[in-house]
Amino acid sequence: MDPIQVTVNGEVRTAGAAGPHTNLLDWLRGEGFTGAKEGCAEGECGACAVLVARPEPDGTTRWVSVNSCLPPALAFDGQEVVTSEGLGRAPGACAVADLHPVQKEMAERGGSQCGYCTPGFVCSMAAEYYRPDRTPVEGDGDAQTGPAAVGDDHNTHAADHEHGPNGFDLHAMSGNLCRCTGYRPIKDAAYALGRPDDSDALARRRTAPAPAARPTRLRTDTGEFVRPASLAELLERLAADPDAVLVAGATDAGVERNIAHRRPPLVLAIDRLEELRGLEIDDDHIELGAALTLTEIETRLAGRIPLLADLFPQFASRLIRNGATLGGNLGTGSPIGDAPPVLLALDASVLLASAAGERDVPLAEYFTGYRESVRTPGEIIRSVRIPLPLAPHAAFYKIAKRRFDDISSVAVAIAAVVEQRTDGGSLTRVRIGLGGVAATPIRARATEDALAGRPWTADVAREAAAIMATEGTPLDDHRASARYRASMLEQALLKFYEENHASPALEVTR
Amino acid sequence: MSTLSHRPANPVVGLTVSHESAELHVTGAALYTDDLVSRMAGTLHAWPVQSPHAHARVTGLRTSPALGVPGVVRVLTAADVPGVNDAGVKHDEPLFPDEVRYYGHAVCWVLGETLEAARLGAEAVEVDYEPLPSILTLTEAIEAESYQGTQPTVTRGDAAAGLARATHRFSGEFEFGGQEHFYLETHAALAHVDEGGQVFAQSSTQHPSETQEIIAHVLGLHNHEVTVQCLRMGGGFGGKEMQPHGLAAIASLGAVLTGRPVRLRLNRTQDLTMTGKRHPFHATWEVGFDDDGMIQGLRATLTADGGWSLDLSEPVLARALCHIDNAYYVPDIEVHGRIAKTNKTSQTAFRGFGGPQGMLVLEDILGRVAPVLGIDPTELRRRNLYRPGQATPYGMVVRHAERLTQIMDEVSERSELQRRRRDLEAFNAAHAHTKRGLALTPVKFGISFNLTAFNQAGALVHVYKDGSVLINHGGTEMGQGLHTKMRQVAATALGVPLEVVRLAPTRTDKVPNTSATAASSGADLNGGAVKNACEQIRERLEQVAARTLNLHPSDVRISGGVVTGLGTQDSISWADLVRAAYFQRIQLFAAGYYRTEGLHWDASRMQGEPFKYFAYGAAVSEVEVDGFTGAYRFLRTDIVHDVGDSLSPLVDLGQIEGGFVQGAGWLTLEELRWDTSDKPSRGRLATQAASTYKLPSFSEMPETLNVHLFERATEDGAVYGSKAVGEPPLMLAFSVREALRAAVGAFGPAGHMVILGCPSTPEAVYWAVDAARRAGVEAVDGGAPARSAAPVGSGNGTAGNGTLGNGTLERELAEHLAPRGVTE
Repeated sequence: MDPIQVTVNGEVRTAGAAGPHTNLLDWLRGEGFTGAKEGCAEGECGACAVLVARPEPDGTTRWVSVNSCLPPALAFDGQEVVTSEGLGRAPGACAVADLHPVQKEMAERGGSQCGYCTPGFVCSMAAEYYRPDRTPVEGDGDAQTGPAAVGDDHNTHAADHEHGPNGFDLHAMSGNLCRCTGYRPIKDAAYALGRPDDSDALARRRTAPAPAARPTRLRTDTGEFVRPASLAELLERLAADPDAVLVAGATDAGVERNIAHRRPPLVLAIDRLEELRGLEIDDDHIELGAALTLTEIETRLAGRIPLLADLFPQFASRLIRNGATLGGNLGTGSPIGDAPPVLLALDASVLLASAAGERDVPLAEYFTGYRESVRTPGEIIRSVRIPLPLAPHAAFYKIAKRRFDDISSVAVAIAAVVEQRTDGGSLTRVRIGLGGVAATPIRARATEDALAGRPWTADVAREAAAIMATEGTPLDDHRASARYRASMLEQALLKFYEENHASPALEVTR
Repeated sequence: MSTLSHRPANPVVGLTVSHESAELHVTGAALYTDDLVSRMAGTLHAWPVQSPHAHARVTGLRTSPALGVPGVVRVLTAADVPGVNDAGVKHDEPLFPDEVRYYGHAVCWVLGETLEAARLGAEAVEVDYEPLPSILTLTEAIEAESYQGTQPTVTRGDAAAGLARATHRFSGEFEFGGQEHFYLETHAALAHVDEGGQVFAQSSTQHPSETQEIIAHVLGLHNHEVTVQCLRMGGGFGGKEMQPHGLAAIASLGAVLTGRPVRLRLNRTQDLTMTGKRHPFHATWEVGFDDDGMIQGLRATLTADGGWSLDLSEPVLARALCHIDNAYYVPDIEVHGRIAKTNKTSQTAFRGFGGPQGMLVLEDILGRVAPVLGIDPTELRRRNLYRPGQATPYGMVVRHAERLTQIMDEVSERSELQRRRRDLEAFNAAHAHTKRGLALTPVKFGISFNLTAFNQAGALVHVYKDGSVLINHGGTEMGQGLHTKMRQVAATALGVPLEVVRLAPTRTDKVPNTSATAASSGADLNGGAVKNACEQIRERLEQVAARTLNLHPSDVRISGGVVTGLGTQDSISWADLVRAAYFQRIQLFAAGYYRTEGLHWDASRMQGEPFKYFAYGAAVSEVEVDGFTGAYRFLRTDIVHDVGDSLSPLVDLGQIEGGFVQGAGWLTLEELRWDTSDKPSRGRLATQAASTYKLPSFSEMPETLNVHLFERATEDGAVYGSKAVGEPPLMLAFSVREALRAAVGAFGPAGHMVILGCPSTPEAVYWAVDAARRAGVEAVDGGAPARSAAPVGSGNGTAGNGTLGNGTLERELAEHLAPRGVTE
């Protein structure tokens, strides 16, 4: 096999020093690229963010920002990485600064104070700067930011508070924390960016294909890292080593390694297997490949599933979504993962594959206990299937302390069909998925039963809300009290009623 | 105007310039302590063995199994300490303890060829513990009377008489949480023994001199055998004022014993579980108002949760007691303070240093009682502001007190408070499940170290033969822009362009005996010292210029690097002047010194003039609360803040905005939770990661944030007329919490007293909304408690039976709503 090589800032480097448990960050820092920093080691702060070249469906390349503290360095064999050092030239002995537009805006507007989080912000901002579909917002020439902008009418903050006039999506930096600035100057820097010009090498790089994934294998005395060349090879290897840890974005496995110091003997990288990266829409279902990143799904579905469109901006951060997958979120089986409640409400099923064949399991029957499922050793999640048509009334309520990048105390997804009758609306089908209130994500079946076939009135909603409050077995912990969790279940249903009972969109079942 | 505050023509101070290291920050080229490791060969890595008990005696320690782990080089224990086994200055912080006093306390440290080897070595160390009873919460500490340190009292007049005189009395209890600094750069040290046999430690420290002293006393060396350097910090916020010392001492001890460089960097988990935080506080209080809402008397007891050792708890408590008044005149007052000793991390300095905690107590009281007094909270605050000539409870006249009223007026106007109040009322009337709240709160914050001796600083300024200038001062750079300001001060004092002045990293062998860069005093103190050094050089150069230009020295003018004089067209360049001076054998370098004049403080009586001046500010915040969940959004904040005449407007703006958001984090979002159960995990910090301890992100900055620097604000007592800015803006965030309270109140009946947990998380807000709604139902049902039936809106405060003499109901509510971090 070829030597393991990573291209950093345009220069090919041999990554022989990286073992199977070395994350990209530690390897980069060991190579002398100290711009990327460790702030939290669990993908929460973004101080370690770097850019990587990823393939687009049309054969071009997209610069994507990821947390370098999470994925193994070996996962970047044959790939291209850019750090803050590679974006522009620092001033130094016999060197005049030559800053990237993103760096220039950050430096001039006071976007850095202590500077420790800054390289990560710069990389996240650069990824958004290069986002091919970033286009200026029409008719909103002056976003209200900065000390000079004494607000005209703050009541019009609307959705555009999170988008700059240049089309910059503030969520691009939802995974970056700054403890010094209070963020205003960083936001101003982001919203002041223009478009890359023709001389910009990274902009030009986008027009060529991204580096292909290549099979990788490295065994050391601390473990083994393998990127199989095909699904067949993966399943074969998994059959032989059922305890292997599968990683795509490693947004969970990386935390296990960094915080819990888990060192699995075998790591199998699956994120580039084409068999796991399909996205198909036909008449009666939508199939989402288990190894597509959440960002890819979000971009390619383009709002086709409104409940998922509600979910994505609330799911961790852009940095995480650029690596995280549905397969991973279901595979780890966390009771507080945000995707399961939504997928439960969507009546999704999971396609499991092994060397012995494939089977389709309704998600409602998938989870069996705390981080346990019907998935057997040797099986992988190949895709998630969502049946069509979608229920027309749906909502996702995430209860957390922080709006960007937080873990749910409680997550509630509701999807309902309301049939219009002469005497008012009636619920014909209700699916409610809950997270954070039991050892697994659950369906709120008692509540569903209390609603199904009933008229959609305030009294029925209140009655069902009281039942909803008794669903699951919520606990007291550092995120919330059990009492609050139960109340949030109740309130979610009341809010759903408030938002949906008088809706002019009250449609007859399609 | 004093010489200190006088600005020459065309000063470089006051110009808007970027952070001195901005270009290095954005390119990733700025180096922090741990970035130096890859530049140093043969470095060993340190990993702690942390206690799994909140309190236990160490009865056995076997390190030999660790030495069997490949790559482990040495295990450092108490037996290795040649000097004093103590990480602090009060001899209550054993570096290697034989009795662990909090969950996560480091028993010993393992050195390895790699971090992984050190970690595995630490896992292999065998420690026997004999668990002992532990005290975790403030309630437990108060019940057990577990206290440490002094118990000071601030008094003026007769609090009992003031309360007796009051027509409206309230009492209550308030417990609120601490705050993790969460500097993005965790603690780090890198030590080696240099060619001269001295210990050289790079440390992420706000107080290099004290780090040096602790290393020296642990190693049994003299201070001149130890040098500490701090390149820069990735944030400090007070968390690196005391806490870095022991860690740097461990690295230095390892370097001395192994002869190799030793790197000690805490990862986030270790940093959170091992180092101190902002002190949580408990307060009991009694307060009385007259019919006009004027405060008559206040009696309170503040208990700070100091954690396992004293650290900086005594001065933190002193500042809390000296700031309970915030911006308000309290004629008769008696405030007692004490420090609980608990089995938690040793709580320490954090931006504001007890000031925010003291001020929060009274701001919370005003927010609670205003509806019951029937006075708008802003009006209640305005009426009680200090007037010129009035003194604080500790006997210091509040100079420029009139600025408080001016600033409140200005921020009202700039925020269009009146119009927005009307808009808000219309909005609230139209929305049953979403309510908005607006609040205006002022800040008055005393500037100087309470301990008078710390109010001194030194600097070293070199002018080289080519005219280039290198400055060094005792202050450290943690992002606050101190170095940026110091370059501007030096350029102004010398009369040269900013580019001429370069700044070298902070080192104890350049400027000795420095104070911590803390108490917002960095620019005041070091600016005074840099200015002093530059002026010595400038005076000498003026003599040279006078001879060259044939002028009297006092008529020489140096500005922008051009040397000229009154009544002459002749000029020479700065570089030529410097060169001429060299050949005339004129000294071109100077040590500068500064001491803050006029301070005195009697810590036993808690009386004196501990502060050079007060910094003022006020903020108006508007928030929106979702009644279903208690979740909220910060819509807009307007700030007017007094930084004197700004040394560096972009830097000051950054401090104001950043301080405000950090304060809002403390008051609303950031929640430290310890395991207070009786399980074996008792004492474990439950929020020990960025995933569980949430600091503000983009979603918590106000959607609109307008900051205005108060104008015509020259401060006579500080360098170039400026004021300190590091800490005061943090407390502008009270406006956010009070706005939340107002929004919560809008869910209830008029006159409803809103009791709000702190931090006011969505859950805390939800329960307050729940209580407000219930009060509304009760009021409709006719079963309202007396306080809700109080007449409201009359504006003259004739609240009648709104008085809560015994406070029982309120105490119950307060207990009900206390943050569970401390009662769980």
